[in-house]
Formats: sequence, C-alpha cells, structure tokens
Amino acid sequence: MKDKLRLIKETALAQIQASDMPDKLKDVRVKFLGKKGELTSVLKSMKEVAPEDRPKVGQWVNEAREAIESALDARKKEIDAAVLEARLKAEAIDVSLPAKKLSIGHRHPNTIALEELERVFVGLGYEVIEGPEIELDEYNFTKLNIPADHPAKDEQDTFYINDEILLRTQTSPVQARVMEKGKLPICMISPGRVFRSDEVDATHSPSFHQIEGLVIDKNISFADLKGTLEVFAKEMFGEDTKTKFRPHHFPFTEPSAEMDVSCFKCGGKGCRFCKGSGWIEILGCGMVHPHVLEMCGIDANEYTGFAFGVGLERIALLKYEIDDMRLLYENDIRFLKQF
Amino acid sequence: MNTSLSWIKAYVPDLDVTAQEYTDAMTLSGTKVETYEEYDADLENIVVGQIKEIERHPDADKLVVCQVDIGTETIQIVTGAPNVEVGQKVPVVLVGGRVAGGHDGKLTPGGIKIKAGKLRGVPSYGMMCSIEELGQTREMYPEAPEYGIYIFPDDTTVGADAIGLLGLHDANIEYEITSNRVDCYSVVGIAREAAATFNLRFVPPVIAESGKIGNCADEIKVSIEDPDLCSRYIGRVVKNIRLAPSPLWLQRRLAVNGIRPINNIVDITNYVMEEYGQPMHAYDMDTIAGREIIVRRAKDGEHFVTLDGQDHVVDSSALMICDGEKAVGLAGIMGGENSMITDDVKTILFEAATFNGPNIRKTAKKVGLRTEASGKFEKGLEPERAMAAINRACQLIEELDAGDVVCGAVDVYPVKREAVKVPFEPEKINALLGTDLTVEEQKEYLARVELIPDENNIITVPSFRQDVYRTCDVAEEVARFYGYDKIPTTLPTGEATTGKLSFENRVEAEIRNAAEYCGFSQAYCYSFESPKVFDKLMIPENSGYRKAIEIKNPLGEDFSIMRTLPLNGMLTSLGTNYARRNKDVRLYEMGNIYIPESLPLTELPDERMQVTLGAYGNLDFFDMKGVVEEILRRIGLTKKCDYDSSYKQPYFHPGRQADITYGHTVIGYIGEVHPLVASAYGINDRAYIAVLDMPEIYGYASFDHKYEGIAKYPSTSRDISLVVPRDIMVKEIEKAIDKKAGQYLESYELFDLYEGDRIKEGYKSVAYSITFRASDRTLTDDDVNEAINRVLKELSRSGIELRQ
Repeated sequence: MKDKLRLIKETALAQIQASDMPDKLKDVRVKFLGKKGELTSVLKSMKEVAPEDRPKVGQWVNEAREAIESALDARKKEIDAAVLEARLKAEAIDVSLPAKKLSIGHRHPNTIALEELERVFVGLGYEVIEGPEIELDEYNFTKLNIPADHPAKDEQDTFYINDEILLRTQTSPVQARVMEKGKLPICMISPGRVFRSDEVDATHSPSFHQIEGLVIDKNISFADLKGTLEVFAKEMFGEDTKTKFRPHHFPFTEPSAEMDVSCFKCGGKGCRFCKGSGWIEILGCGMVHPHVLEMCGIDANEYTGFAFGVGLERIALLKYEIDDMRLLYENDIRFLKQF
Repeated sequence: MNTSLSWIKAYVPDLDVTAQEYTDAMTLSGTKVETYEEYDADLENIVVGQIKEIERHPDADKLVVCQVDIGTETIQIVTGAPNVEVGQKVPVVLVGGRVAGGHDGKLTPGGIKIKAGKLRGVPSYGMMCSIEELGQTREMYPEAPEYGIYIFPDDTTVGADAIGLLGLHDANIEYEITSNRVDCYSVVGIAREAAATFNLRFVPPVIAESGKIGNCADEIKVSIEDPDLCSRYIGRVVKNIRLAPSPLWLQRRLAVNGIRPINNIVDITNYVMEEYGQPMHAYDMDTIAGREIIVRRAKDGEHFVTLDGQDHVVDSSALMICDGEKAVGLAGIMGGENSMITDDVKTILFEAATFNGPNIRKTAKKVGLRTEASGKFEKGLEPERAMAAINRACQLIEELDAGDVVCGAVDVYPVKREAVKVPFEPEKINALLGTDLTVEEQKEYLARVELIPDENNIITVPSFRQDVYRTCDVAEEVARFYGYDKIPTTLPTGEATTGKLSFENRVEAEIRNAAEYCGFSQAYCYSFESPKVFDKLMIPENSGYRKAIEIKNPLGEDFSIMRTLPLNGMLTSLGTNYARRNKDVRLYEMGNIYIPESLPLTELPDERMQVTLGAYGNLDFFDMKGVVEEILRRIGLTKKCDYDSSYKQPYFHPGRQADITYGHTVIGYIGEVHPLVASAYGINDRAYIAVLDMPEIYGYASFDHKYEGIAKYPSTSRDISLVVPRDIMVKEIEKAIDKKAGQYLESYELFDLYEGDRIKEGYKSVAYSITFRASDRTLTDDDVNEAINRVLKELSRSGIELRQ
C-alpha cells in the first residue's frame, strides 16, 4: 500500500512538473485528486484495509495528498506567472501611435476671456448684471452726461431705431439702470453686446462686446479705482503685469483715465503686439461724474464711485494673438478648434 | 492735432527735452502723443558748403567735378546736378554722414550712408543735397529748385549745420486731444500744457496793438440776426494789401506743422489758426456790397458757391455770412467764390467769429464739406479767443508789412459769456483722489494751468478752459500734475458685497459645458441681418417673424433688421464651414432675438436669449435630440420632453421636425433643415437645427439634486415586441407604459424598430425592454406579469398588439 501511494505521489509530482498550461495542471488535479482520481480511489478502498491499519494508511494518503496539493499550488503559481508574463509581452503596443480624438466642442475665445474676467471680479465681490441691447437714448446718452448735440450721438457712430430708441453703443447704460434702482452700495460688472456703425474689417466690427464695471459707495476714491484695476490686470495678464494710468476724458467720469498694462507678450521690452512701446491700452475708467449720480437720484455729496469699461474682443484678440477680428464672427470650425 | 516741437519750445523757452521725453511726459499729464516724426532722424553730418570751382568730368558728359569749401577744408565732390554754379552755398553731406532718401523723393528707412567713392574714375568725398534727399518736398520748401541741389541764401555761414538752418532739428508731434479740451486744439493751448507738465515758464505771444490808419467802424458795419448760432463776430480791415511770400521763419513754422506756405495773407490766417485754434476768414473788401456784414440763417433752398467752385444748396438750419445784397460765406465752413481774395486784392476784411459748434458740424455734414475751419468750430470755441486771434493776425500783417491795418475793430458780442466760478475744496479733492496733498501743493498744481483760488477760495476759471465746472474737474487738474502714477493704490473698504452670477448666467454657463461635452463648438453671430433672410428661410409673407425691428441708419441692407429668429446666423456659419470643406461641423450659439411688442417700436422689445444648435455631417435627427435632452438634463429639466410634430416650420423638413414641450410649455424646436433652405445656404448635406427659447426654460431650470439611494433589491426586465399601426408614434406606447406599468416601473428602452416584409402591411414592429424594481423586496413574476398585462391592455385600445 505504501509503495502504491508512493508511486501515485511520484507519478503525480512528475506530471505536475511536466504541466506547462493551466488546463493541463487542472487535468492532473482531476486525475489524482478528483472524485474518480487515483488518490481518491485509494481512500475509497480503505474499507478493504484492516481496521487497525486504517489510521496509518489514512496518514499516508493525507501525506500524499498534501504533497500533491502543494506541488499543484506551487506549479499553478509558476504557470500563472508565466502565462501573465507571456500575455503582457504579447500585448505590448506602439505607444507612439496617434491618440484617439475626443469630439468635445470648443468654447469661443470671447467667452473664454469673458469667463476669466468674470472670475476675477466675482471673486472681488462684484455681481454680474445684464441690461438690454436695444436701449433708450436716455440711458445710453442723456443719463451718462452725453448731451443732445454731442458728436458721439451722430448717426455715423450710432445705430438708431427711432429718435428715442437705439442699439446701445456701450454697456454703460446698465450703470444708470442699476443706480436708478437706488440700492446702495453698488458693486457690479455688466458684460454684453454693443453696436457701433463701423464697417467690418480686420480691426472693426459693427457689433462687439464690452464689460462695464461700477462701484458706488461712501468714500470711494481714485486710489480704490487704481488698486482694483491693478488686481484685475495681474489676475488677467499675469502676476508681473504693471499698470499705467493716463488722464483721459469720458463724459460720465471725472477724473477719467485710460489704463495701459505692460505688454504681456514681451513683458514691456517692446514687440509687434505693443507696437514697440511696451504698453498695451486695455480700458477706460474714471470716477463717476457727480452729475451722473445726481441724474440717477444718488446724493453726490455722500456717495462717490468709479466705473470702467473693457472691450472684450480687444482682450481676446490680444491674449490669443488673433490678427483679424472677422475670425471671431465667421465661426470657422478650424478657428474655433484652437481654443 | 499736431504741432512741431520747436513751436512749443518757442512758448516754453526753457523746455529742453527730446521728442521721446516730451511724448512720455505729455502723455502722462493727459495730452496724449499718438506718434512723432523726427525730421532729422535720418540726417547726419550735413554742413553748408560753398562751391569754389567746377570742372568738367573727363569721362562723363553729365557729371561735373566740384571743389567745395566746407569751412574746415575743401573737398572734391562729383555731381550730376544740373544747377550747380561757382559761389553757391549748398547742403553737403560728408563721408560717413546720412541723407533721408534719393533725389526722386523716395525715402529709405534708416537713411542712406554716404561713402567716399569714385564716379567714372574720379574720386568724390561727399554729396551735395537736394531738398528731397533731405527728406522734404518743394511743397514745404517752395524756394528749393525744381531739379537739383538746394541753395542757401548768400549770407549763410560756410561750415554751419545745414540741417539746423533748414529747421529740421525738429519733430512733428501728433496728439490725440480729447473732445473736452478745446483749448488744446492750438499751439498755445498745448504749449501751456507743456509748461505745466514740465513745470516751466509759459511765455505766450505778446499781442501788441495794431492799426495805424483810419477807424474800422467807418469801413464796415456788422449785425448778427441769429445770435443763437453766432455769439460773437469781429471784423477788422487791412488796406493796401501787399501780397508776397512769407518770410522763411514763418514758412518753416507752417512747413514743420505740415502746412504748405502760399502767400503772406493766407499764411497769416493759417498761422493764427494753428497758434490760437481760431479759424479766420479774409474777404476781398471791394466785393462786400453796402460795406456791411449780416450774419443770418440761410433761406431754404438757397444756392451758394463756395470758393472751391462748388455749388451747394442750403436750408434754414445753415448760417450764412452776407453783405448788403448776397451771401458771401458759409459761416465757419468756407467763404464764397464771390468774395474770395485774388492776386490783385487791395483791401481785406478779416473775420474772427464764434459760431455754434453743433450747428457748424451739422451744416458741414449736410453740405458734405468738412474743412479745417469747420473742424475747429464744431468743437465749440469760446468767444474770447476770437479777439486774441484777430489782433494777432493784424499784428503779423504789420510785422510782415503785408498791408496797412485800420485802427480798431467792429466787435458784435451781444451776450457776454460769464466766467465760471468753482469753489476750491482741497479736502474733497483729497477724498476723491485718495491722496493726502497739502493745500499749498494743490494750489501749486492748479496755478500751472491758471486755476487760482482767490481769498474766498473761489476759482474763476479762465475762458479757454471750457471743461472746468465742478470740484471733480479741479481734482483732475490736481491729479494730472501731481501724477496719476503717484496716486496710491488701495481697495474699497466699505460694506462687503457678494460676488455672483445671476441664476440665468449660471444656467447659460452649464449649457455651454453641456453643448461642448456633446461636441458642439461655440459660434458668435450678428444680431442684425438682411430682410432677405425670410425668403431664404421660406418664411411666408404674412408670418409674424417678418415683423422685425428696422434700423434707421443701417450699414447696408444686409445689417438692417434685428433678428426675430436665430437661424440665419447659424445656417450662414454652417454654410461657411461647408464651403470650406470642413467635415462634421457642430456649432452652438447663445444670443438674443428681438421681438417687438408692436411696430413702429414705442417701447423696448422683448430680448429673448436663444440657444441654437446646428450641425451637419456625421449625425442624425436623433443625435440632435439626444444633445437637446442632455443639455436639458444638465440644467435640471429631468422630466421627459414631448415632441409635437403637428406645427410645421417652413424651414424644416416637413416630416422631420418637432416643437419641444416641457410640462405644458413649448421650450424650443428641432428639425432637419429643409433641403431647399440648406441649399440656399450652400449646404449640400442634411443639416440639423435645434433652438431652445431660454426665457421659457429658466423657470424650470434647477441645480438642486437629491440622492435617491442605490437599489438594494434586483430589478426584473421584460422585453415586449409589439405590432403597431405605422402612423402611431412610439410616444403613444411610452405614454401607455408610463400610465399603466405601475409603481414598480423603473425604466424602459426601445431596442428594436422594424418595418418591412416580415410585418403586415401598414404596421411596424416596435420592441421595448421594460425594467421593474421595488425598493423593499425582490419582485415576483406575478408582479411583473400583472404590470405588463395592464400595459398591453392599454395598448390594444390603440390597435397595438403583442407580436406573435
């Protein structure tokens, strides 16, 4: 009996060692340990063994089983590892093959610039408020201190629907609308579409976008205006951006200024974007004219404020180095895909 | 506006800066310099030489060999210039020097460097220069010969700096003057700013009394009939006119300002217009009937021939200068042909008047004649300036001996302008600026521009400053000369405000994300378009869409109406892409349409934000529908939309379109573009459009989400295959499922649709997989069978049967 078991064990171990695939190994397991397996049949024939020998024989059988099982397990690990290794080896790919294109759409550069700008000002506590694109002359001009005979009101600059209604030429009328509501303090930006009677060319469009900013509170100063726009410039164009304020004139602000930023392409050394000057004109701004406050029912002795207006396309063109404004309204997918 | 730097320096004598330094400082104090041109940028090492000897060139007929004394030595120069003579004093560029261009007037950027060389074998050590080679023209230097070398007057010093003698160590400065600074449209005005900017003495011209004969009041009578359009009219008379070229200094001063010298009288009026910004006019006194001037409105339909020979028809809004019989000038714009000065003029009447700016602008526009004069008047000149200008002109007449000035002036100035008084409030100024300047500092800055508070702290604003009315205006003056750059930078310190986007903006932002996720790129389209688009879109004549707001003064028909639907912009963009052979294009646009309450417009229209999706290429109607539903889902419209195909849009395929309904609201429409419309836009492919009408959607939109738990018990699915009459839409089946499948219904999905041989005529086969689940137990077959039977029973009422 002992010899028989030894023979079974040795045969099994030899076959296990000879197995090189998981299937073969499984066959060996069945052949020796399965229900009809050789070792199992030895167990089944136990009733033929004298009762006093049974424990001993049982022990021999168990020893043989343990040896076979551990050999099977060990071999399985070896085979699995070999199989995995072979598979991984076979699965090697040429990682330089082209990537699969995701067909995600692209955002318009105007919107990218606008969202960036909104992010900065919302972070500074500004509420985004929109106003009508077809606007009353009263809001677009009169309440902004632009009198009836001002050249800006010429038909060559402004699209009129009739004497009282026009296509707004600026986002500033939203200032007047918000101020009139009388809720103070005011801290808002107002992005939107504006219209001017300019023929379409590389630098002009009869329709473009502005963002108006307005802050009205007690003790607002020109220094606050400078500080706020400096934060904006750094956020928008980079931490190293410098600003320069030059006196200017707008009917609805006094004092007024234009703000230049150090050229964000060349860092101020002078290049084709800044036409060699190192500076790029970005926006107009100023302290809200007391007459504008008064016309909107705000006590100009108690409240002061500042306002600014930024051209969205101007920022988009500069930031993304777009050399022709017409591209923004053609919607050629080859253009849009670059953003 | 432009001036030469030298003219500014004439009135700011201590100003010693380069053009670049001037530009930087002036721009920072508010007189923005756009650009400048240095006349001597490309001129170097050019001196006055005197020709001592001229010999023929041994080997060239057209060349001569000159010995030229340049003060320090005599050099040999070979030249082909036709006009050289012994004794002439000429500009000579020495070896190593530069000239600006060729004798043909063509300029070389950076100039042309002169080297020693040989011409046909004869050595030459420099070049004698024509005015063109010095970068100038005979227009500005009329004394220069037409061909050949420029010749200096005999008394010129040999060896002197020729560039300086020609007045070319100078720069032409171009400014951007803001509309409020009328005073800066003049040399004197800018010089005053320059003096204030550099904190130097301002020395304006001193106007001396002029007039030696007679009395002006005996020569001419003036009356103003329309003082609203002419607040002041001054006339002065000059007799015995002696027309001649102006002296060189005056010619140079005009030339470097870009004005061509003509003769002493014209040059003086031009000079004074530059200097004081006040246009003047000179009439031939002998053409003035009745020796009187009447300033009145024109008669409607009146004809008038201006001195350029053009016949204009004017109306009663135009102001005319008339004599006793006829109009002699179109006020502030141009004089008449009938009264212009000619070469044999004997006596002139100088006019310096103050006209209503906006009126001049309107008239100039109406008659289509914008002149240098009208350009100045339309800014609104103050009456005080007219007197200074006319006296300055008469003073120059005497200095130039161009005629005999008659004593006195006829000055009609019915309502004298009152000086503006502004309180000086230094604390308010500091508060507004955020500065901490002392009273003395503020006074010092203000004094530079002649804003001087009296003992009661009242500033009487000088007449030339028409832009100073209130403390904020005074504050700007303080800020300008203190320096905007020195004002501190702070942030507002008041009550904290909450930064936020409106709910609508948030919805729109999420739609952009969703549309892009679905492969759509963002387009921007115009708000105005042509009325022809309605025909292009096959919109019927009586359609409400055609009731569009018209622009009174459009850029052309193509931009003349405000869009009432967003299709044209999208289709145009798709068409552009198609024409450029771009494949599989998917675009979305967010923009307003403009719906008038009534026409003509009496109140502001309804501006409706539309989200427009457009695509052609690799997609179909149901892809488009999927995009719409994904977008709606992302903004919280999670219920099922209904698609109603009963309303037919003319621009869509009649069998492939639907209104999109959410709840009971139509929120948009979707369809395949009608092939004729697509082809009208140059798209020879199936194109799809979906439009979401945002004002109807905002109310349903929501960013609230609620977690509903993850199911603990398994679901059970049943597939049913149905035979359906062909014209019944699948939405009827879905309605029956929704209605009858009961509380355990989780979802259903159409997985097969078949029409063809294996199904009876007039029917289609539709297969649905319906899934049930209970949250508290595993469903039994009975539960599911019951539900399915209820659904089938409901469906059988519409003639829909289970497929056998």
